Amino acid sequence: MKHLLRIATPILLVLAGTATATELPEYTLVLKNHVYAPSELKVPAGTRFKIVVDNQDSTPEEFESSEFNREMVVLPNRSIVVYVGPLRAGTYRFFGDFHQDTAQGRLIVE
Amino acid sequence: MPGVALLVFREVLEAALIVSIVCAATRGVPRRGLFVTGGIGLGITGALLVALGADLIANLASGAGQNIFNAGVLLVAVAMIGWHVVWMSGHARELSQQMNAIGGAVSTGSSSLTLLLVVVALAVLREGSEIVLFLYGMAAGGIGAADLASGMALGVSGGALLGFALYFGLLRIPLRHFFSVTNGMLLLLASGLAATAAGFLVQSDWLPTWGSQLWNTSWLLSNGSLAGKTLGILIGYNATPEGMQIAFYMTTLILLLVSMRWQQRRVPVPVPAPAVRQVSLETAT
Repeated sequence: MKHLLRIATPILLVLAGTATATELPEYTLVLKNHVYAPSELKVPAGTRFKIVVDNQDSTPEEFESSEFNREMVVLPNRSIVVYVGPLRAGTYRFFGDFHQDTAQGRLIVE
Repeated sequence: MPGVALLVFREVLEAALIVSIVCAATRGVPRRGLFVTGGIGLGITGALLVALGADLIANLASGAGQNIFNAGVLLVAVAMIGWHVVWMSGHARELSQQMNAIGGAVSTGSSSLTLLLVVVALAVLREGSEIVLFLYGMAAGGIGAADLASGMALGVSGGALLGFALYFGLLRIPLRHFFSVTNGMLLLLASGLAATAAGFLVQSDWLPTWGSQLWNTSWLLSNGSLAGKTLGILIGYNATPEGMQIAFYMTTLILLLVSMRWQQRRVPVPVPAPAVRQVSLETAT
């Protein structure tokens, strides 16, 4: 039993370590009437993070940014998770490909 | 509606560029019109099915389904293009000689027809499903049928026109170099598609990033510009690539180059009148 613990403890510790490591900061963007809320998202530089895009419209949208290279369809009343970064400090535009005249936003990395 | 025309144009252009390269690369293959048309038809059918099943796909693999599906489609296309490129590297000279000798028709391996059918279908499916979802949204949002139809027509014809321009531009390349050029273009196309596939897997955290924004050439050519998007398809241009994307690009490129060189050594360069013998063999089997 002692031997088992001696082996299991470090394994469990490592597993716990990776579990916390994968818990990335998460930011939510809500799409309503083809507008992103918030339209500006502040995120830390040099850190990988998740963006949850919650589409509350009754039409599909595509969350897209050619500046941080992301592109994913969000179906009506569904949400998606997109992993981004780590990014350098700066301002990055994102938009909704299907409603570009209104669905515009900026990611401020600092 | 300019928005409809613009989006449809961009998606059609992406598919049209791939279709044009594939069509040029299979120059002289008998019945290729049938296979290209079949590929486009299959692609449109597939696009409708994918759009209909979008919710199902999205929910797979705890939300990563869409990205895995896209990556899968791209990697199948990469494999098909790769197969053709390797096969061609052993037969390019022979094919050029045949075209000179028997006025156009060439005998080709099954990789040509697969390339035409499968790669065309996958390209149309991928871009088409986005168009379908977009148009569905537009229609649900209450856009008029006339606006929708005119936007569609404008976008499709614009994208197809540029595709034809590329195709006929490629046909002007002297026959002696023709298949070497199309083979080189297919090689870069496949490498770029592999890098795009890697991007989809990274965005769902199925693969590590291995460093994002390894460099930034946005000042020179941005990913969002028309030229940037076009080069993105043709050679896999990316202003701010991730490490994993470069790994996929280079692995595909090197693997194919090595296989091509190996195939060139394996298949002896045919000397006098190989065309006739090759044709009779093909018809016999």
